[in-house]
Amino acid sequence: MVKLSVSDLQIRYGGATALEGVSFDIQEHEIFGIIGPANAGKTSFLKAVNRMDMFDPDMRVDGKIVFNDVDVSKIRNVYGLRRRIGVVFPLPVGLPLSIYDNVALSPRLNGQKKKAELDIIVERCLTRAALWDEVKDRLDSLGSLLSGGQQQRLTIARALSQDPELLMLDEFSIAVDPVTTMRIEDVLKELRKEVTIILVTNLVQQARRLADRTAFFLEGQCVEVGMTEDLFTGEVKDQRTRDYVEGRFG
Amino acid sequence: MFESTELNRRNETRQKLFRIGLGTMTGILILPVVLIMSTLIYKGAPVISFEFLFTGPTKGMTAGGIFPALLGTILLVVVALLASVPLGIAAAIYLSEYASDNWFTRAINLAIINLAGVPSIVHALFGVGAFVIFFKFGTSILAASLTLAIMTLPVVIVATRESLQAVPMAFREACWNMGATRWQTIRRVVLPNAVTGILTGVILEVSRTSGETAPIMFTGAAFFLPLLPQGVLDQTMALSLHLFVVSTQVPNMPEQLPFGVALVLISMVLLMNSLSIALRMYLRGKKKW
Repeated sequence: MVKLSVSDLQIRYGGATALEGVSFDIQEHEIFGIIGPANAGKTSFLKAVNRMDMFDPDMRVDGKIVFNDVDVSKIRNVYGLRRRIGVVFPLPVGLPLSIYDNVALSPRLNGQKKKAELDIIVERCLTRAALWDEVKDRLDSLGSLLSGGQQQRLTIARALSQDPELLMLDEFSIAVDPVTTMRIEDVLKELRKEVTIILVTNLVQQARRLADRTAFFLEGQCVEVGMTEDLFTGEVKDQRTRDYVEGRFG
Repeated sequence: MFESTELNRRNETRQKLFRIGLGTMTGILILPVVLIMSTLIYKGAPVISFEFLFTGPTKGMTAGGIFPALLGTILLVVVALLASVPLGIAAAIYLSEYASDNWFTRAINLAIINLAGVPSIVHALFGVGAFVIFFKFGTSILAASLTLAIMTLPVVIVATRESLQAVPMAFREACWNMGATRWQTIRRVVLPNAVTGILTGVILEVSRTSGETAPIMFTGAAFFLPLLPQGVLDQTMALSLHLFVVSTQVPNMPEQLPFGVALVLISMVLLMNSLSIALRMYLRGKKKW
């Protein structure tokens, strides 16, 4: 089943085009990798999916993004859309709330007031994000004072607390040590049973380890979409893809 | 290799001269403060007593205490705060969190800066026209406080806006991405982290409001009243005006009395200021990111 369908997407900032001519489908329970150097349009793509373009008056999105068979540009309840999509940023954002409140925030925004329910959600999400054992004795301390790697797992727990159908990770490992990165990657492998994942990364090997299919973005174009293994070993349509994954530029 | 040349020595002498010169200039700065405070304490302190603070003036104000003026100043400040704090905070939240950057917002910001630059005597005349005459409040605590409120509104707005904007954008974006509305984000993440800065601004406003004379002398503060005010539509005495009166308007005034009044007024302001500084230091220590 197709979870997210993108056709002829174009994103512009003022006069400058950030991304154009992007079309692909993402299947449910797939880990879909997006690789490419800086300024390829990867982050802009994620912003278009959950309608964060609303907050950027310069950003213009044309073309079509269909999520769960609904055109996102026609959704009036964008809050409902964003709740179904969890986002993890390059730099971890532990909100200046307690660890507990960080994870309980989304359910609370959604009207959940019962302490018992929240307790369950918090423990479940922290456990799934591989953070529970490290913080279970100090849930009241500030989330923004955790170490970088812990904060990133806290961010993932917070995204999971939304009970998302789609999880979008934007270069999540940029500020995280290799050991934590591996732990998070294991978490993602588990999660794919329940959610669809878009993994934006500039670590080519990370895409290779995790993604079923991968798209290669370069200078605002989607150069190639294919099975991840094919990008590395099989036929590629565009020689630049092979050059990039083999580290000849970028 | 490390012997100093003629040029080195000249540079060093020059640097010493500048260090001493700039240091002296800085030292001169504290002179007025020291002089004012020491004069006030030297001449005013003997007047201060429980009697002085808690009884009314007698014998044509040449004797007795300052209680009606002290109470009046507190009343004026409290009513002014009740008006300006909610309005100022609401405006600052709108400007910082909602308004997009267009000509209208820029015009409002310009208006706020200009409002801060309006001389207090002009505010006073505006207060007479608007509150005393047009809204028919008469010369009253209400009219005087509203005049003070308008005068100090820019302070509240700017302090609030600054502390809201000190909350990192990433926190807001994280919330929005979760499906929070702007208001939910403000309520749960932005305001709790800005409240300390807002409080500091409010206290600074108090210290400024309590010393103002011009805006209240036409709108609600009285020369002398035999009775304490019974409500916000009565006139009141105030410390700042009382100080003006006892130093310039009353014959045969004992020399020390005005110093006593001034000492009480400045102590009130300094107390507020140090409270604000202490609060800021305490909260900076508790910074959450």
